Amino acid sequence: MEVVLAVAIGVLTASGVWLVLRPRAFQLVIGLSLLAYAVNLFVFSIGGLAIDKEPILVDGVTPNLTNYADPVPQALVLTAIVIGFAMTALLLVVMLASRGTTGTDHVDGTEA
Amino acid sequence: MSGIVQAAMPNLIVVPVLLPMLCAGVMILLGEHWRPLKLVLGTISTVLGVLIAVALLRWVNVNGPATYLVGNWPVPFGIALAVDRLSALMLVITWILGGAALLFGSSRWHRAGVHFPALFQLELMGLSGAFLTADIFNLFVFFEILLAASYGLLLHGSGESRVRASVRYVAVNILASSIFLIGVSTIYGVTGTLDMAELAARLSKPGVPSRHLVDAGAALLAIAFLIKAAAWPLNFWLVPAYRAATPPAAAIFAVLTKVGVYSLVRLWNLMFAGGPLAGFGADGLLVFGLGTAILAAFGMLASHRLAAQVAWGVVISAGTLVAALGTRAEMVLGGAIFYLLPSTVAAGAAFLLADLIDRWEAGTTIVEEAPFLNAKLEDTSDVNLDDEEAPLVGRPIPASAALLGFAFLACALLIAGFPPLPTFIGKAAMVSAAIAPATQGQGSGARGAIFATVILGCGLVALIALSRTGIRIFWSGGRRQPPVVRAAEAVPVVGLLALCGLLTVAAGPTMSLAHAAARSLRDRRDYIDAVLRANVSASPTTPKALRETPR
Repeated sequence: MEVVLAVAIGVLTASGVWLVLRPRAFQLVIGLSLLAYAVNLFVFSIGGLAIDKEPILVDGVTPNLTNYADPVPQALVLTAIVIGFAMTALLLVVMLASRGTTGTDHVDGTEA
Repeated sequence: MSGIVQAAMPNLIVVPVLLPMLCAGVMILLGEHWRPLKLVLGTISTVLGVLIAVALLRWVNVNGPATYLVGNWPVPFGIALAVDRLSALMLVITWILGGAALLFGSSRWHRAGVHFPALFQLELMGLSGAFLTADIFNLFVFFEILLAASYGLLLHGSGESRVRASVRYVAVNILASSIFLIGVSTIYGVTGTLDMAELAARLSKPGVPSRHLVDAGAALLAIAFLIKAAAWPLNFWLVPAYRAATPPAAAIFAVLTKVGVYSLVRLWNLMFAGGPLAGFGADGLLVFGLGTAILAAFGMLASHRLAAQVAWGVVISAGTLVAALGTRAEMVLGGAIFYLLPSTVAAGAAFLLADLIDRWEAGTTIVEEAPFLNAKLEDTSDVNLDDEEAPLVGRPIPASAALLGFAFLACALLIAGFPPLPTFIGKAAMVSAAIAPATQGQGSGARGAIFATVILGCGLVALIALSRTGIRIFWSGGRRQPPVVRAAEAVPVVGLLALCGLLTVAAGPTMSLAHAAARSLRDRRDYIDAVLRANVSASPTTPKALRETPR
């Protein structure tokens, strides 16, 4: 499981970095989104991967991290997803405005 | 006064975050009408903010750091806001600059787009929160708040150059936020805490588990902060963005780079000032800081518009501060904290002044006209310096031209750091501490000498660049109408410069405050104790007998 997740994060990051280094608006937005996915998976996995651990308190189970999933990364990743989504939406608006005023979707605003 | 503050602590700590948030909410509901009402609201908010920030500064200077528990959760589980001398100083600077920029903007810039007052309050909220929080993830959230507001402020007024600068600004900051998140989660994964004080306490004990992962996490965080602080080689987004921004927005952006510097100073000192991991990354900070200052000095030489030169000045001061942190010497850090205050205020004043000068050079005497210069924000008037140099002898200087001239002189000397202005005092404190013979094994001679040379050299280059601009604007500008300056525009500029003058007069007490701030930053125990021992206040449902007993 760890290997699959690690490979997934790695592939997403690599693709994201590649796309961010490209000059077009679409590539930049998709690249940043892929990077955000990779980061979210990374944040989520930082509490350790586990199967069959209780997510919320259950009577009779000792409340420690051997019996329960770490709740903090879950809270963090929720916040990170929401913020990342909002920022990407904002970037899209700026990109559209840039396309409108400069007439090109190049990130520098010129083709040269 | 002090009685009221005493009674309001520690709840007063959260007010600089809540006050602008409420104001912004009301302003958004008011929509685009009721401009005077929004101006009054904004003024009340910033005046109150300045008063609260000063009250907090006075309180922590006497009583030491204080903590506010958000939602009354005990420390490792909830988010804590903590204020110490450095946070309080940053708050004071932020709110004063915010007030000045708001007043300046009320002359005409607030009409250039929508929701300017509300965005401005949200910016102040994000900045205050970032300076107050004692939780790394909460720091991320406040960074995002201040960035989101800054995107809006940067786009205020629209126009091609602002949109183009925004694309890069937003993209770079989203990238930085991703790096920030990776760093935060790595540190949480290794140490199991997000609270800064708890983190520092755990890292100061011997036997830190997987210290290389801690180092990696801290390095990633530092990269994110260095991007915000506009450190070389990650700072090419800054100057186009700052010179394109409307002047009041640019003035408040002068604090924005300092947020990166503040976060670096805070976290580096908490994590690496002592204990088994001491000194990690100091060389890197020194190199990046000095590289930033050198690059920015040349950038300043290479630019013509005053706003661009001031933006490079902001980068010089950020580089100086990062390098000062990298020298690892407490006395240098103290000087740097002092230097931070006037350099931020001066940059803010200079951005505002640049707008007045731009307007004067463009020959516009109608201040009511919509504040778009042109699509490219470039000077359209063809100012040829050599033709028709009319003799000026005997012609009376209009008071407004004299005002701009003196303000420019003060800004130039402040940015370059020349006596008798307070940036010089800050630089002198840093340099003399850096080249002082190492007494306690701190700050070796070579580091100090390189630091001193670069800092003084950058000041000289900045002075050359700015005096060239001054000659072009004031001495060889050809015949122009005297500038029209409104009171709402002159008062903020003069006020900010007067504040710098005050810092020269009160340099002694301010310097000892800065050194006290540096001492407690390096020592860390005050801060850690204040946060970890913060008491949960009793809930209203707790029986009265239990409520009286300290927990």
